[in-house]
Amino acid sequence: MSESSSSLGRPNLPPLSLHVPEPQFRPGDEAEFVSVEVLAAGITPRPDSAADAGTMRDMAYGLVRVLDDAGVAVGAWDPRLSPDLLRRILRSMALTRAFDERMFRAQRQGKTSFYMKSTGEEAVAVAATYALDRDDMCFPSYRQQGILIARDWPIVDMMNQIYSNRADRLKGRQLPIMYSTKEGAFFSISGNLATQYPQAVGWAMASAAKGDTRIAATWCGEGSTAEGDFHSACMFATVYRAPVIMNVVNNQWAISSFAGFAGGEATTFAARAVGYGIAGLRVDGNDPLAVYAATAWAAERARTNKGPTLIEHFTYRAEGHSTSDDPGAYRSADEATKWPLGDPIARLKTHLIGLGEWDEDRHAAQDVELAEMVKAAQKEAEKNGILGHGLHQPFDTMFEDVFEEMPWHLIEQRDQMRDERKAAGV
Amino acid sequence: MNMIEAINSAMDVCLARDPDVTVLGEDIGFFGGVFRATAGLQAKHGKTRVFDTPINECGIIGVAVGMAAYGLRPVPEIQFADYIYPGLDQLVSEAARLRYRSAGEFVMPITVRSPFGGGIFGGQTHSQSPEAMFTHVAGLKTVIPSNPYDAKGLLIAAIEDNDPVIFFEPKRIYNGPFDGHYDRPVQPWSKVETPDVPEGHYTVPLGKAAVVREGAEVTVLAFGTMVHVVRATVEEKGIDAEVIDLRTLLPLDIETIETSVKKTGRCVIVHEATRTSGFGAELAALIQERCFYHLEAPIQRVTGFDTPYPHSLEWAYFPGPIRIGTALDLVLKD
Ligand SMILES: Cc1ncc(C[n+]2csc(CCOP(=O)(O)OP(=O)(O)O)c2C)c(N)n1
Repeated sequence: MSESSSSLGRPNLPPLSLHVPEPQFRPGDEAEFVSVEVLAAGITPRPDSAADAGTMRDMAYGLVRVLDDAGVAVGAWDPRLSPDLLRRILRSMALTRAFDERMFRAQRQGKTSFYMKSTGEEAVAVAATYALDRDDMCFPSYRQQGILIARDWPIVDMMNQIYSNRADRLKGRQLPIMYSTKEGAFFSISGNLATQYPQAVGWAMASAAKGDTRIAATWCGEGSTAEGDFHSACMFATVYRAPVIMNVVNNQWAISSFAGFAGGEATTFAARAVGYGIAGLRVDGNDPLAVYAATAWAAERARTNKGPTLIEHFTYRAEGHSTSDDPGAYRSADEATKWPLGDPIARLKTHLIGLGEWDEDRHAAQDVELAEMVKAAQKEAEKNGILGHGLHQPFDTMFEDVFEEMPWHLIEQRDQMRDERKAAGV
Repeated sequence: MNMIEAINSAMDVCLARDPDVTVLGEDIGFFGGVFRATAGLQAKHGKTRVFDTPINECGIIGVAVGMAAYGLRPVPEIQFADYIYPGLDQLVSEAARLRYRSAGEFVMPITVRSPFGGGIFGGQTHSQSPEAMFTHVAGLKTVIPSNPYDAKGLLIAAIEDNDPVIFFEPKRIYNGPFDGHYDRPVQPWSKVETPDVPEGHYTVPLGKAAVVREGAEVTVLAFGTMVHVVRATVEEKGIDAEVIDLRTLLPLDIETIETSVKKTGRCVIVHEATRTSGFGAELAALIQERCFYHLEAPIQRVTGFDTPYPHSLEWAYFPGPIRIGTALDLVLKD
């Protein structure tokens, strides 16, 4: 590996060389995704949800797609949803995007410290949530705000969390967007990647052990599949046939590292299921119908005690990693627009228009309505305060919930803080 | 140079001098790291010497152990100290003990760099100060710089050291010293009086503390960001305090501490980490063992509270000028 490596080892053998992956495009390059193999919609067979994992290995290397290039639903995976449900999915995705836009701007205006958008991958959270029951337990990562939105969770409540204000149900303790609501069957988000994966499996095992009917679902990015937690989760999921859906959101980038640094050059992420004997599906993550259909398939499998499913959602992170990121520094500027699978909102919109169940005017009107709604919610939330402007939780709350009962040393420290504040005249 | 540039320069110097130095970590290659600490190093030294890794801290440190066993000097970065835990087993059970368990056949010249500490609205998972955990491990060295000059010199010394070193970078002062008043603007390093950072090679030895301010009334022990908060506080309060920047927690410069406490007879220990079982407890015990008959007042600890790092209330959590001032008043009372 060092400069002098050719003089190392035995002179009669060829020197070894280290492979370090390199993405296709860097800033300044013109992106052209010719090497991304996009299978035609409708051609992937749909196995029975009770199929033995060993018989469906090809699914882990294929690509389940329902909507074709013209926006028509084709093939065995078409979930045949009612126009009404399709419109609801479309609306939730559009609301997620409007919410992201507004909160991103709020961060730029200094109203909160941090935000993460899910632009371009709204279908992965939203369509999947519609295919689950409301009380199925979700263990998301930080980019699935669409789950809460699809469950009609009040966006004012989400904003209160983002502002860490006095109405924040998490008492201003968590980083913005790290929501938690037991009532919404939405597990507390961790900033430590992939920790939710084995936790989801454990929840599913417990549900099975208790004879419950609820299943669990979890999400992580393709970069996070490199973590040991991911593999521990697969291990337990297969051994105990846990009723869990493990979603890998392959949005191509983990901050500045492309999917190759998580093993994406060598195989697909769905294929990780193969080694564990888990059913693996690779899905067009920008096709809301395909995401819905795959999730419904996996949910049925879980509910009938046939065990876990690992779903790779093939998608693209259209915006920066977070408000602290500058994607222009490491990837080609036009990747998002060149991404061959399009935009999930636009695709569903085209589909609904093709069915005669939607039109451009209604879509534009809905966009205006949602933007107004988010704006109004923001006003409402800001009445409870924004970060750093004083309307936060009482200072004493800092010492609550460390333990069920406050031990002496925390009582002492709380009193110390009160004295400090008094001394400072605040 | 600010602290990031100094750290970058340290790695640059080591990469240029020693073909065995290898830098690895999440996002550190092409992009140059989320804090830009490795910016430009891959372009200059090549992809097989400075490279991105999978998001797998256990792998990053485990692979570094293997590289060190081969004979390289790996400098892995853990993106935030909060994320070191998945790699803990490789660091604690493996890297730290290999010299001992192989009777010196395998040495581990690894330097794990990681930004740590709070005060940047990073929430619970981007703010922790886990240094005490590492000082509790036999076989690991723990280093924490407080200014650009030391950061470069200590990092070069760490990379050249044949033992595993954990090098915590106080991210609050990457761009300038912080006086503890969050509502005041932070001066950039270029505007404050600190030693110039030389371009080339130099070291600041591990295991040597710095007396950053001489004084007669009380000894204040601090490291990282807290050195600046302490210094500003004693100056604002007009206290004749001796301020010691520990720089290396392990091995610890006990001599400098002992000499100072015997001189002043009073001691306040300041760190940002939670209080219970923090490094302050170790310092207090050592001083009690060695300086008991010289002490004029009980030793005081000023620390973060024993709660996880609270996002919106972080300035009430942070051991700022008021908490430090109260402790100083207490030890100076009689
Ligand atoms: C254990 C751990 N290591 C590192 C990080 C820092 N980090 C935060 S997000 C991220 C990239 C994650 O990428 P991916 O899993 O692909 O998800 P995406 O952000 O693309 O949705 C990294 C490295 C972390 N949060 N936790």
